[in-house]
Amino acid sequence: MFRKLTTGALALATAAIMQTAPVAAEEVLYVPSLSYRTGPFAANGTPIANGFADYMNMLNERDGGIGGLKVVVEECETGYNAQKGVECYEATKGNGALVYNPYSTGITLQLIPKAPVDKIPVLSMGYGLSAAAIGEKFPWTFNFPATYWDQMSSIISYIDSQEGGIAGKKIGFIYLDVGYGKEPIPLLDQLAEEMGFTVVKFPVGVKEMQNQSSHWLNVRKERPDWMIMWGWGAMNATAIKEAAKIRYPMDHFIGNWWSGANVDVEPAGAAAKGYTAANMALAGTDMPAMQDILKYVVDAGKSQVGDRSEVGKVLYNRGVLNAMVVAEAIRIAQANTGKAAITGADMRDALEQMDLTAERLTELGFPNFTAPMKATCENHGSGGAIFLHQWDGEKWVTISDLIPPMTDKVRAMLEEAADKYIADKPGWETQDCK
Amino acid sequence: MIYREAGQFKTSYKADMAKFPILQDRIAVWIYLVIAFVFIPLFGSDFFINSMMIPFLIFALAAIGLNVLTGFTGQISLGTGAFMGVGAYACYKLTTIFPDVNIILLVLASGVFSAGIGMIFGLPSMRIKGFYLVVTTLAAQFFLEWVFIRVPWLYNYNDSGAIEVPQREAFGFIVTGPAAEPSVRYLVVLSLVVAITWVTSNLLRGHTGRSWMMIRDMDIAAELVGVRPLKAKLSSFAVSSYIAGVAGALMVFFWLGAAEVESFDVNQSFLILFMVIIGGLGSLLGSFLGAAFIWMLPIVIRAIPRVLGLDINAARVEQVNFMILGALIILFLIVEPHGLARLWAIAKQKLRVWPFPY
Repeated sequence: MFRKLTTGALALATAAIMQTAPVAAEEVLYVPSLSYRTGPFAANGTPIANGFADYMNMLNERDGGIGGLKVVVEECETGYNAQKGVECYEATKGNGALVYNPYSTGITLQLIPKAPVDKIPVLSMGYGLSAAAIGEKFPWTFNFPATYWDQMSSIISYIDSQEGGIAGKKIGFIYLDVGYGKEPIPLLDQLAEEMGFTVVKFPVGVKEMQNQSSHWLNVRKERPDWMIMWGWGAMNATAIKEAAKIRYPMDHFIGNWWSGANVDVEPAGAAAKGYTAANMALAGTDMPAMQDILKYVVDAGKSQVGDRSEVGKVLYNRGVLNAMVVAEAIRIAQANTGKAAITGADMRDALEQMDLTAERLTELGFPNFTAPMKATCENHGSGGAIFLHQWDGEKWVTISDLIPPMTDKVRAMLEEAADKYIADKPGWETQDCK
Repeated sequence: MIYREAGQFKTSYKADMAKFPILQDRIAVWIYLVIAFVFIPLFGSDFFINSMMIPFLIFALAAIGLNVLTGFTGQISLGTGAFMGVGAYACYKLTTIFPDVNIILLVLASGVFSAGIGMIFGLPSMRIKGFYLVVTTLAAQFFLEWVFIRVPWLYNYNDSGAIEVPQREAFGFIVTGPAAEPSVRYLVVLSLVVAITWVTSNLLRGHTGRSWMMIRDMDIAAELVGVRPLKAKLSSFAVSSYIAGVAGALMVFFWLGAAEVESFDVNQSFLILFMVIIGGLGSLLGSFLGAAFIWMLPIVIRAIPRVLGLDINAARVEQVNFMILGALIILFLIVEPHGLARLWAIAKQKLRVWPFPY
């Protein structure tokens, strides 16, 4: 009897689980958000997820959604873990997901091959596979506004302009020793050869993130003229503190855009003054759209932010930027199809036609928020420029104009990497752009 | 009443020693196999197969691997994650070198490499026991992780340091890569898991398995009655790492599709050790129960608010999930320190005499 009951209960439970994929009752614009508010990188993941959700909520509150349909942002917690990320993807893709923003290079790598099969584009803004910028080879993947390689080349050209010629200089590269941190190395090596500077590498293992004294001892020994950092999470704050300890000149220490958030510099406080980092989305709340977020969402108590002051911080605004690009793509797709309810495939076409000019940004309420983005069939990276901002001890101050990447050098390398990626994948879907 | 063996007479040695001596068990196993092989591929949703069944089976296999070593031979190991990694990287290299060989054969062959590595790191177990052995296996874990990062040949000099699964066909079906149907991948994994479980259960009932258990129960006594510790311990390390290696290869090729070193880190080792402890040390059934408990339960808990239509944010669900799972682990260990398999054995014993217990 007991056995029968258990078997019955098991069968019921199984049936229930097998039916979990809920059906969208009404037409909505369904955008899953793979977030990480738990785990070792939660301090970075939370503001991004907040910014993303708050902008979409603001559109819902202010404009009643996009094209008359509400945007539904469903968060799925990944904990920055690739396995959980894939689980989230499988759990949400059946609900009519329009686009995935994985927010982890590991998860992006898993999703890139799945995108053409499920016909849902992947938009990895500022992370993921650099080679995916080659639109002919990666029709379903986009990495606005620039790849890691673009970014590295922009940083190098900034140093070049500051030094009046980078040749003969010694560049230190400190990076998180995982796929993300290692990604720019081939470009760095090549640029070093072509431009005549030397590179010293300081890999920081995930387990040593918070214990970098030995690395910085080596930095002191090597005395590089400039330091570039590809860090994430607790690694950034630790590196900045260690750099201050060995009295490394902070304004010669440049982080990439994942190493330049408020959470990275605040622990070091005044000692971090002068630390410079790349960025793609202006910090602050001076823009009309940001004010709308405060008015319609945050002050109305519809946001998950703990405190009003979190709005406008670097990573929060990056989440907003991501949401803004997704919303703009939805608008383009709606205009293309003439329907309010669109599919992942429509979204892909729309992302390819993305053209965010400076005027359009102002129209959207984001004047000078980011560099203009223009994608084409060939270019899924939008080849965007970045700017540098500097920590003045209290806030981030923009210190450079937009710095375009060395497209001529980067593009060739990207194409080579893309060919390498698809070489062992028979039947890989490419597209013809002519 | 239903689960009673009255009237089931065993008239031969073979019948007495059968794997499932009770008729009801045999029927149940066949029903489970039919469900697993026929109903789930036919009616399971992609999510159910991809995110629940495939990982469950793979983790169950890894847990069996660790159980061979820890549950049956008494050698505690924290290197399972790394041994899985050896299998995965070996399989990746093998399929790069021999692209035309059936991938299923390569998965089975890749276990040989992890078995070799496992034996090397098993050598200290001759001299070291208990907690000290844990430390040496932990060393294996960290050393192998370091190798996976530092030897770019292992991941074909990929810029991001990840191994990406190429598309491979077997028996006319695409079995790996993103184009492979979930049900096809599931069936491959299921077949291998069932086959390896069957082989392992036979191994455990034979001379080899008995010598392992003798070493576990009292190594000096085992040595006195003629069990050679070197042979027994190393064979246990070999079989355990072989199974873990196959599980690792399956994990990357038939579930994840791409993997970085983090997939094989010490957390993975802990996860599998927990599965073994929760499921029951020294029980094959326990490996499956433990894997189901640790892997499936969080997904079910996560799905509950979605099914009920409650609007709870994802992070909170995750935190509640950790709490529930932690509480359940403590509860189960208090109720039955020998794991879920022992709980089931007790329930079974009670059922056999129900409704007239004596």
